[in-house]
Amino acid sequence: MFERVSIQTEDFNLAQEIDRLRLSDPRVGAVCSFLGTVRDTRALTGQAQDEVKSMALEHYPGMTEKSIEAMIDAAHQRFDFYQARVIHRVGELAPTDQIVMVAVTSAHRGESFKACEFLMDYLKTQAPFWKKEHTPQGAQWVDARVSDDEAAARWGLPTHRTAV
Amino acid sequence: MMQVHLRYFASIREALGCGSESWQTVALTVGALRAELLERGEAYDCLAADKPVRMALNQEMCQPSDALTPGCEVGFFPPVTGG
Repeated sequence: MFERVSIQTEDFNLAQEIDRLRLSDPRVGAVCSFLGTVRDTRALTGQAQDEVKSMALEHYPGMTEKSIEAMIDAAHQRFDFYQARVIHRVGELAPTDQIVMVAVTSAHRGESFKACEFLMDYLKTQAPFWKKEHTPQGAQWVDARVSDDEAAARWGLPTHRTAV
Repeated sequence: MMQVHLRYFASIREALGCGSESWQTVALTVGALRAELLERGEAYDCLAADKPVRMALNQEMCQPSDALTPGCEVGFFPPVTGG
């Protein structure tokens, strides 16, 4: 069994991670992966004030790893997949940099598609990471998105709204 | 009184100017501890009841009604924004 969760400042190689997952297990007939990257909002809106010069990612060491391990266990209860690999970067990142990857293997595509989406929805709302964007107006913490809570709620995951 | 270990992250860590501290509390629950910290001064307004603060007890997301235990770790932070 390979390491399932890595929190690191270094970059990662998605193709290498997928190779490791599929080459080690001939039962695998499907690999589904997600890659999240740093977006420069100016490129979307054309507005100079929306520029993201860089991004700092903070996390809660210890809790982060535990919460992602728990979410992979929860995914195994729901979906029929073989392995999941999650890598999340922390520290200073620049636009177009890779932030996070999730890769899931299964016999057929359906289960790995579902497990991959479940893991990302879970990570977005439960794993203790915080993004701070450096913009022309200064540094700003990114606000949590209601749409992420709604995505998590589809799976019956707690959104912690009651803990306000 | 019991000693608890407090951890602060992101905007809450910045508002308080510290990432962790030890604290002697008379509170029995995480919610009561949050109310007690509010009494410590203006800087702790970042934990006010109308702010979207999330809490973790021993590194697991928790509810205000969850009970504190001696030496436990309580984390206070804003809604998460990773991924």
